Amino acid sequence: MGVIIDKELCIGCEQCLDACPFDALEMKGEIPVVGDTCTLCGSCADVCPERAITVPEVERAEDDRAAQAKGVWVYAEVRGGQMPEVVAELLGQGRRLAEQLGVELGAVVLGHGLDGLAGELFALGADVVYAADDPRLADFNDDIYCKVLTRLIAEYKPEVLLAGATSVGRSMIPRVATAAATGLTADCTGLAIDPEKRLLLQTRPAFGGNIMATIVCPNARPQMATVRPRVMKRGERREGFEGRLITVSLEAGDKAATQVLEVVQSLEENVNLTGAEVVVTGGRGVGGPEGFKVVAQLAEALGGVVGATRGAVDSEWIGHAHQVGQTGRTVAPKLYIALGVSGAVQHLVGMQGSDTIVAVNNDPNAPIFDVAHYGIVGDLFKVAPAMLSHLKQLRGQG
Amino acid sequence: MKIAVCIKQVPDTANVKLDPETHTLKREGVESIVNPFDLFALEAALRIKEAAGGEIVAVTMGPPQAETVIKDAIGFGVDEGLLLSDRAFAGADTWATTAALAKAIEGLGDVDLVICGKQAVDGDTAQVGPGIAQRLGLPHVAFVKGFREIEDKRLVVERQMDDGYDVVELPLPALITVVREVGEPRPPSLKGKMRAKKYTVPMQGAADLGLEADQVGLAGSFTQVVKVFAPSHSGERRRLEGSEDEMGAQVIDALVDNQVIMLGS
Repeated sequence: MGVIIDKELCIGCEQCLDACPFDALEMKGEIPVVGDTCTLCGSCADVCPERAITVPEVERAEDDRAAQAKGVWVYAEVRGGQMPEVVAELLGQGRRLAEQLGVELGAVVLGHGLDGLAGELFALGADVVYAADDPRLADFNDDIYCKVLTRLIAEYKPEVLLAGATSVGRSMIPRVATAAATGLTADCTGLAIDPEKRLLLQTRPAFGGNIMATIVCPNARPQMATVRPRVMKRGERREGFEGRLITVSLEAGDKAATQVLEVVQSLEENVNLTGAEVVVTGGRGVGGPEGFKVVAQLAEALGGVVGATRGAVDSEWIGHAHQVGQTGRTVAPKLYIALGVSGAVQHLVGMQGSDTIVAVNNDPNAPIFDVAHYGIVGDLFKVAPAMLSHLKQLRGQG
Repeated sequence: MKIAVCIKQVPDTANVKLDPETHTLKREGVESIVNPFDLFALEAALRIKEAAGGEIVAVTMGPPQAETVIKDAIGFGVDEGLLLSDRAFAGADTWATTAALAKAIEGLGDVDLVICGKQAVDGDTAQVGPGIAQRLGLPHVAFVKGFREIEDKRLVVERQMDDGYDVVELPLPALITVVREVGEPRPPSLKGKMRAKKYTVPMQGAADLGLEADQVGLAGSFTQVVKVFAPSHSGERRRLEGSEDEMGAQVIDALVDNQVIMLGS
């Protein structure tokens, strides 16, 4: 398996080696050979000046679901009676996709005590709401939630299903995709329609955000994607719009194997890094737990959340829940301020998708400056208070 | 208790640098390591074994050289290992990956608990754990950060959520995925390392698992990569100049001017 390289045409220029995102090509003498990590993405064929590379078609099993499936669905997550912001964003994007496809937008909501949520979902863009309101769905348990959603998919056959890449979405949706025997793309940051093939083009960062990959699910349905919070735009509210409400009943034998004993909204854990608009992060440069005070002050003044590097967390200056980077959370806020962060690659991959990046560090050669839109070489304990006082002054609080 | 731990070999990004021009990883000479989150899975398994007794089997899928991650696991104190390797597995998406892993775990017989890391750092999908659970018909809890109770037939775990955590009881057999809060991985023991050196890693291919070539790898995958490109890093990058007070004020002004910071409300 792998791309086919015509040895007669190849001139050994090695451009394909550089283009391959999967490191699948290797020179053997004058000619590249293809390794096992090839996914037939075609990046090498695109750059080959001699057109020496062909991408073979993969024979896949026939699947008639593509012809039958219709409609775009959004999974409307509920936690503690509230829908997270990402639900509105998904409905905004779902509405645009549904209009392009000329189909209805459905929203599925599972839980208990869902009064009023259907109206809110109509206002946010849904044409149809499928609501399962049952005491057995009061707490989030993957198996029973999966069972109910999979049953709805089998009955109504949507062609697209979107969910938020939240803790709930990332836990439950992979199980649903497996139960429905279809493909799933995680953590998408871009969704579009290929109008000719009616396919959902799902774009996501890969390799820690170092490359972007566009993925399709050509035959199986629904085409499923989890979507990063704060990426899609919510739509115009349609106050008073009344769509169709379809009430879904559970079956007698439906029962969750797992049981939620307690829901804890702990202060330390309540660090919603992924959903934050502003993240102010402290690294080793803050020097100790005391140093995080100024980080927290700036975060508070900007309505943001405190982040930390692995170095600061490992030194126990602040809890794990704050960690941004490869083994922590990946964030892409509107504004990311890095204070005393050197910018190890594991940290950069977790934040380089942020819209605007400000870095303050006293080492002019710190790698964080390579990704920073505004680089400030200086003492963070002087710069951050200066930022705070200027902000207060502009707000007329100084 | 019989525990299966799924681990993955990934490129070690710890010592690589980002190319400042292209913002891609410079991957020349990058070594392969055990996926960092899978080390937490191994640590969780070792702690559960210490509490409840039993046996741990580490399972991986990858090219033949992925046997090194099984040897690493043996070094940490895992009892047995299994490498799934076959040319036919190449290019698998998460659906085709779980097909092979689930069959392999089934083949181990009477597994009480499957543990996966929350995600692999090269793919970041977090899909394989829940996918295996569904294929095996087991309940699962993802993003486990701690254990309250460990018994032969049930666990009480803490599940990390966006706004806090849930305490969840789950009957065994079951699957969990773990985050780093379950505990720092212990260093490999000398005894383990000695054993790892001599350990012959058992290997199985698609046929051994009773899978057809079109159920695994690229051919058995639902998803397909159609385009790969470098992320766009929009906006100019500049260094501010002046005293620290001045630079602090300048950056706030620039953020306000560009409507990154709103002064109102």
